[in-house]
Amino acid sequence: MTYVRDVAALARKDLLLELRAKETVPSMLLFVLAAFVVFHFALPSGAGALAGRGLLWVAIVFTALLALTRAFVAEREQGLLDALVLAPCDRSAIWAAKSLAVLAFLAVAELVALPAYAAFFSGLDETTVAAVCLADLGICGVGTLIGAMGVAGRARELLVPLLFLPLAIPVVVGGVGASVTGEPRYLGFLALYDAIFVVVSWASFEYVVVE
Amino acid sequence: MTLSFCDHGAVRTLRENRLAALAALTFALMGAGIALVFFYVPNDADQGFSQRIFYFHVPIAFTAYVCFAWGAWKALVHLWKRPAGADLESYVAIHQGLVFGCLVLLTGSIWARISWGIWWTWSSDQLVLFLILFLFYSAYFMLRYSLPPGPGRANMSAVYALFGVALIPVSFLAIRLAKDFIHPVVFNRDGPQMAGSMFLTFCVCLAAMLSLFATLYHAELAGKRLDARLRELKEALA
Repeated sequence: MTYVRDVAALARKDLLLELRAKETVPSMLLFVLAAFVVFHFALPSGAGALAGRGLLWVAIVFTALLALTRAFVAEREQGLLDALVLAPCDRSAIWAAKSLAVLAFLAVAELVALPAYAAFFSGLDETTVAAVCLADLGICGVGTLIGAMGVAGRARELLVPLLFLPLAIPVVVGGVGASVTGEPRYLGFLALYDAIFVVVSWASFEYVVVE
Repeated sequence: MTLSFCDHGAVRTLRENRLAALAALTFALMGAGIALVFFYVPNDADQGFSQRIFYFHVPIAFTAYVCFAWGAWKALVHLWKRPAGADLESYVAIHQGLVFGCLVLLTGSIWARISWGIWWTWSSDQLVLFLILFLFYSAYFMLRYSLPPGPGRANMSAVYALFGVALIPVSFLAIRLAKDFIHPVVFNRDGPQMAGSMFLTFCVCLAAMLSLFATLYHAELAGKRLDARLRELKEALA
């Protein structure tokens, strides 16, 4: 029970910070809309709706990346991470809270992006929406851990996309498969990915922040 | 003091000899493998002479998996029991794995060029998987070299290496799934069962590649340990 309370308190801190600074979510929104406009010009007229479906997933992964690279920057710059590690709570609570906050940011961005996609390109079916929800879990879970690794290095924001994209390829495969074919087995694959990688991230976060 | 120095000397000589023995074994196996591939095994009925690259390509791929698995195992040992050398061993195994992985891409590309007339094909599961693994483990090096040396770097490298073994089966499944909507053509590379002579050649080549890995692993490890020891001595003298 204390674990849940810790996670809630830490997540509340992140959401409150975002609500006051309004830094991450507006830039994600602008980025995803700009990406759609770029995609419109990148797709030749005969490309068809399926190519657009693929690009939707590109937009989601890169928009998420925007939030993930920023996720731990404030903590590192202010030295907050050391204080959090000293706090009498389970270290994985830090990961869980940050994942929830990033998930909330991504969900807000997608609440705008998916209707915009439907208006700009083609309508979305429920399989795609379900796939987006499942993919968000995996992206935020793994990405938060990668974000914590990335800010520790000298290369900082440069490192996170390099570390994250190879891990995100299965998510893109599952997502594109679900929205192109509409078959439920791709949703099953996304759920499997979430289960494996969220558990690994949850279990290994402690080693990333503690020396 | 003298006694301990002698002890050290004896241990070191033994270790050097072990490495030399391993290198000799690799040399013999590699020679036998090459001889079998070129002079003993019959031509493949379907692909002819060019199929012989199979005896290099597949053992190299298998060895690369062994490297990554060994690296992940050492990473797990590091996080679990924290022995002194596990981080370095994990790094060296992954380094060798990346070298073998590059060779897989190279030999696979040559094979694709000979049998299908193209340098790259997205329809070969193994090649695509190795491309993903190449990107993943290259990022491992970027991560490692952007962090200051110390326990923090060891931990993060270990965590990332563990993600690798989770990524391999998941990516393989993903590539299989992706074929259904990207490229419906399926090549069956294995074809019929291997004949006895082919299987023997394959086994010798596999043993040769595995012992090559063992040799390179110990050689690089010895070099790195020597480096670290030298640095310690320099610091002690300074």
